[in-house]
Amino acid sequence: MNRRQLIASVAALTTISLAAPTWAQDEPLKVGFIYVGPISDGGWTYQHDQGRLAVEAEFGDRVETTYLESVPEGVDAERALTQLALAGNDVIYATSFGYMDAVINVAAKFPDVKFEHNTGYKRADNVGTYDGRFYEGRAVTGTIAGRMTKTNKIGYIATFPIPEVIQGINSAYIHAKKVNPDVEMKVVWAYTWFDPAKEADAANALMAEGVDVILQHTNSTAPLAQLQQQGKIGFGQAADMASFAPSPRVSSVYNNWGAHYVKSVGRILDGTWKPEAVWGGIGDGIVAIGEITEAVPAEVKAEAEALRDKIGAGEYHPFTGPLNKADGSAWLAEGQTATDEELSGMNFFVEGITAEIPQ
Amino acid sequence: MIDPVALFLLLLSASTPILFAALGELVVERAGVLNLGVEGMMIVGALSGFAAAYHTGNPFLGFAAAAGAGALVALPFAILTQFLMSNQVASGLALTLFGLGLAALFGKPVEGVKAPAMISGPLGLNWIVWLGLLMVPAIWWFLNRSRAGLILRGVGENHDAAHALGYNVRRVRIAAIAFGGAMAGVGGAFISIATVLQWTEGMTAGAGWIALAIVVFSNWTAPGVLAGAWLFGGVTVLQLRLQAAGVRVPVQLLSMAPYLATIIVLVAISARQKLSRRAGGTAPGSLGQDFHALR
Repeated sequence: MNRRQLIASVAALTTISLAAPTWAQDEPLKVGFIYVGPISDGGWTYQHDQGRLAVEAEFGDRVETTYLESVPEGVDAERALTQLALAGNDVIYATSFGYMDAVINVAAKFPDVKFEHNTGYKRADNVGTYDGRFYEGRAVTGTIAGRMTKTNKIGYIATFPIPEVIQGINSAYIHAKKVNPDVEMKVVWAYTWFDPAKEADAANALMAEGVDVILQHTNSTAPLAQLQQQGKIGFGQAADMASFAPSPRVSSVYNNWGAHYVKSVGRILDGTWKPEAVWGGIGDGIVAIGEITEAVPAEVKAEAEALRDKIGAGEYHPFTGPLNKADGSAWLAEGQTATDEELSGMNFFVEGITAEIPQ
Repeated sequence: MIDPVALFLLLLSASTPILFAALGELVVERAGVLNLGVEGMMIVGALSGFAAAYHTGNPFLGFAAAAGAGALVALPFAILTQFLMSNQVASGLALTLFGLGLAALFGKPVEGVKAPAMISGPLGLNWIVWLGLLMVPAIWWFLNRSRAGLILRGVGENHDAAHALGYNVRRVRIAAIAFGGAMAGVGGAFISIATVLQWTEGMTAGAGWIALAIVVFSNWTAPGVLAGAWLFGGVTVLQLRLQAAGVRVPVQLLSMAPYLATIIVLVAISARQKLSRRAGGTAPGSLGQDFHALR
């Protein structure tokens, strides 16, 4: 190709792309996603991409989805979001907490594009947020953990001392304690979301302390691999981790973002979308409980499933009084439930947990 | 209370990946080459080892494959730096980025599957842990007591002198780079085959960089590498163990400890060098320099 042809073809392409908006009426809704990890991570990003595929399956030709994977949080995120907006996407889902400011900045420059930010709290006229009530799932796995432990010691591999994680630890402990009053909770802060070697070390440290059931908030399968070697049990996290079923993975709490994406895209298509703060749980289908395997006795399985269904139906709130804080002060009175505001700022353990939250 | 024996056994497992990678890099650096591609070679080893273990059902074949793949992926680096005189720092960084990308690409088919379980050796520890421990005296002996090791050190200390004596500097260095790659590969495979039992992108999570730091920390000696690997691994295990036991020690302080120790050791080493300038044990004289035979 000589230079003249090159210039001609570039000019032709430019004309096509400039002409594109006039066909907008007949075109499918363009939906963009940015992911913090690779879609193959088997955890967080994988579940978001499953959500994207669910949108495609639901709406077929009416939507066209694209994604950018492994976009680091920070300056790159702003560039990637701008790129997606310039590419003509009508709605962009930003799937990591650290994209928050980038989303707000880019959204201000593209008022006609809709944005939804996952796990964040900043909203604007064209920016909504969505998140999962993961603590609802922890109530179910906590129940199983409380029933299954023989040493009465359950472990929790925590990531960072933020409200989401603290909710999870509290919820798991409350429900384990409910079915097993002698249960003790050991907490290890790994200070990472994903570091297989460190997660394995954390699992081993907990088992050395006599723990025989581990709940993890970190995203790799390393703790399950260690549990398997010692014949102890745990749960899948973020993704189902079914390859470790039926044991050590006896169940899982996984994120089913498709439930939200399908609803959200549907609202955009019929023009009823509003910038909201969506915080969905088991009832909305966003938080899902993986299959409880035969390693769990039938009556425990039935009990856990009943709890799951009660939470899903809105008949039971995992944070229902009477509950005290770890320092002994009163928190919730008999029958009182925690407000969303209290939960989203949660910075204390409930009574009975002897571990401390790093400050 | 915390059982020190149990803690020590945890430490042995936890420090194995960085021990392998750092021992390999030690030999490379003693030959006068700075290879910053350890992380890349580790992740390639993690993937190929895992894939081989999965397909053959034999974890030990997995480790053999990891060693081969690690050595193979180090070869472009050897060609670039030894024949084309590329900058070693830039080529090493490129090797890390290349390895991470390559492993991510070829790792797609084995995502989500599980490796065959390993049979434990003595004391419930993996055989590879024992192999790693055995490598320490072996490499010490090779470097300090064998003729080949003497030549390798000579090449690293002063490549012009070694060349003048008739030794093939390039051949020695390429062999060292391949060995370093094989060791890093085994270290990476330990994470995928023995620790996690699954392949995930980016699973080495920076272990290669810690291995590089340990080589400096070790003052370029094999026992020093062991001490460094145990310090890093030990502090990690200990702080998690203390947390699990509910001992109130600030997590942040413990996370800092290995890095603080490195700084203190480095300061101590340089202070000692000022007092008495010894030939042995310090950074190899030709480390990171290009060798070009003029005659």
